[in-house]
Amino acid sequence: MNRLLSILLWGVIAAIGAFAFATFALKRGETVNAVWLVTAALVTYYFAYRFYSKFIAERVLQVDPNRATPAFRHNDGMDYVPTNKWVLYGHHFAAIAGAGPLVGPVLAAQMGYLPGTIWILVGVVLAGAVQDMIVLFVSVRRDGKSLGEMVKMELGPVPGSLALVGVLAIMIIILAVLSLVVVKALAESPWGTFTIACTIPIALLMGVYMRFLRPGRVGEASVIGVVLLLTSIWLGREVAESGAWGPAFTLHGTQIAWAIILYGAIASSLPVWLMLAPRDYLSTFLKIGTIVALAIGIYLVAPTLRMPDMTRFIDGTGPVFSGSLFPFLFITIACGAVSGFHSLISSGTTPKMIESEGHIRMIGYGGMLTESFVAIMAITAACVLDPGVYFVMNSPGALIGTTAEKAAEVVSSWGFVITPDVINQTAKDIGETTILSRAGGAPTLAVGMAQILAQALGGKTMEAFWYHFAILFEALFILTAVDAGTRVGRFMIQDMLGHVWAPLGNTEILPANVLATVLCVAMWGYFLYQGVVDPLGGINTLWALFGIGNQMLAGIALLLCTVVLMKMKRERYVWVTLVPTAWLLVTTLTAGWQKIFHPTPAIGFLAQARRFAEAAASGQILAPAKTIEETQRVAFNNYLDAAVCGFFVVLVAAMCVYAILISLRALRATQPTAQETPAVPRAEGAAYA
Amino acid sequence: MREPVGNGAEGVFARLCAAGARGREAWRGVFGVPDYDAYLAHFRAAHPGETPLDRGAFLAWALERRLAGRGPRCC
Repeated sequence: MNRLLSILLWGVIAAIGAFAFATFALKRGETVNAVWLVTAALVTYYFAYRFYSKFIAERVLQVDPNRATPAFRHNDGMDYVPTNKWVLYGHHFAAIAGAGPLVGPVLAAQMGYLPGTIWILVGVVLAGAVQDMIVLFVSVRRDGKSLGEMVKMELGPVPGSLALVGVLAIMIIILAVLSLVVVKALAESPWGTFTIACTIPIALLMGVYMRFLRPGRVGEASVIGVVLLLTSIWLGREVAESGAWGPAFTLHGTQIAWAIILYGAIASSLPVWLMLAPRDYLSTFLKIGTIVALAIGIYLVAPTLRMPDMTRFIDGTGPVFSGSLFPFLFITIACGAVSGFHSLISSGTTPKMIESEGHIRMIGYGGMLTESFVAIMAITAACVLDPGVYFVMNSPGALIGTTAEKAAEVVSSWGFVITPDVINQTAKDIGETTILSRAGGAPTLAVGMAQILAQALGGKTMEAFWYHFAILFEALFILTAVDAGTRVGRFMIQDMLGHVWAPLGNTEILPANVLATVLCVAMWGYFLYQGVVDPLGGINTLWALFGIGNQMLAGIALLLCTVVLMKMKRERYVWVTLVPTAWLLVTTLTAGWQKIFHPTPAIGFLAQARRFAEAAASGQILAPAKTIEETQRVAFNNYLDAAVCGFFVVLVAAMCVYAILISLRALRATQPTAQETPAVPRAEGAAYA
Repeated sequence: MREPVGNGAEGVFARLCAAGARGREAWRGVFGVPDYDAYLAHFRAAHPGETPLDRGAFLAWALERRLAGRGPRCC
């Protein structure tokens, strides 16, 4: 009976999936309802989880639920604790989920909804979730060691150190690009700026409440926090419309950039309970709440996808980011399809808390599928917008000018017909003065979400509220990430400086801490500022650098998994990691090469650098620079970006060489050579605790 | 103190309270705070004679680990 039920159930699910995909296939060129996109994604996840992840767990990795995990072998009640699988799933998801899957898919929507959606689904099933799951497995079998330590163990000390420097470089770039997203959302927006500014005192209040007034009462403090946040959104409108306060909160991009840099330096020096912890709670609640609301909203409102399935910008001339579909789609959407960062989480606290190897599949593979679903929602929200509005919001001022009339004319000439009235009305609906050139994902997603949520709840009059709610929610967890990320960067810098002169590495010495904090903030601050004054709008440069770095890290993690499979003598199944590794290496190296050497200045850093350097040499000033010095600085910045990109390319190439050499050696060996912690049966292991 | 079982309104209430406590513990776990009572039990068994962290210090330690740790989060 159960078996019959199961077959019936699978039949129904398969039919729904087939119908959803058929809708896409048959309606090419017509408008498709977003519900089909979301449904197709859910069915894909279901099948991938049910069959492919089971295959990997049982056949490829041969997980052994009876083998004691580090949580049992080292149980100390603190670091190593056997944890309920649902709790750990939530913990793991909260750690991997960030702003990444909300930004990349929105940028990639310029090529239409189909390329991005296909890459998100294929990428997560075959690469992203596979990476997260196998890294988790490899770490569980090695006492919960970190990625850097495992690369050192299995590949050697040189690759281990290289990987650490690579991780720091990506950290710096991601902090810069996430901050840039906030700058793009808040520039010239008194409502948004006021609301985000309010989150600081609200967080401080919550911090004091949870520490002194009602110790440990997270729930109470969070309710107070959420109520105050909603009040600040409501107050924001009054402030923006007030003659006295409005101008005070209307800031330029560079001013907001400086404010964030200052914020990063101060916030990361405060004790965690005062501001970071309350913000962490708030942003986690808001994130879960908003994503669930958006999913329900899409099913309730059932909006149609107004973006074409594929636009002409797959040829590389897109205004949001330059470069053709291959390879740039695959580095633009990193999180949501495959994200190297997750390999650091999968080898962080999660492997130390996992109760049984049998849970690796649900936490590693399942956690990543959930993250991918967030990316699907983001691309959906961007594609239900009027494409004209999408391009007006995401194209740099250098292309579409700074007035609604000019922008409408340019964007209409690309084939996405829009009138100045629609642009102005959209701005008015969301309570802003302008929507022009707000690249970076957050504002576009916020408009899409505002339109969906307003239709579901509150109607047109609530659109401005929902828009600023969405901006608040994204900015809140980006600023939380900036704070936490700066602390991590500081530790990494101190680790490295400690090798140069031991006292610099001592985290107990204040001057050493300050030095590392300043260095960390200065590095991401430099890239942030560069992005704000970048002629192509910054996102075009920094998001590509981040994408290349992140995919490079994924490449390294998957190379490690491949080497480990070879060393385990599981070479029969090595394609499971080898195929995604190869794909990541090909796309990352091609994208890296093109970003450096492509002759088109919008794509190649060197071409852009030469353009500005030559102009400066002949006494010309190229917009947006206003002086010869600024023109020279743009040239320098592009040389610097080329160097960072070159570093990533060399790094991944070096890793590849090491991995091949070691894999060949493993192939010749007659015995498994993987350096696992010796197996202990579960019951016996528990006795050690 | 009555046992949290029974069929009357009080029994239901007690069971709800117990479920609430478990929910709170799980929610804390999501934020990286391990179960304090389990830690205490483990500590007493493994290190007799030594003083365990009190509840506040334990929470503070978990907060530090989650937010100021060496492991990067998010992207």
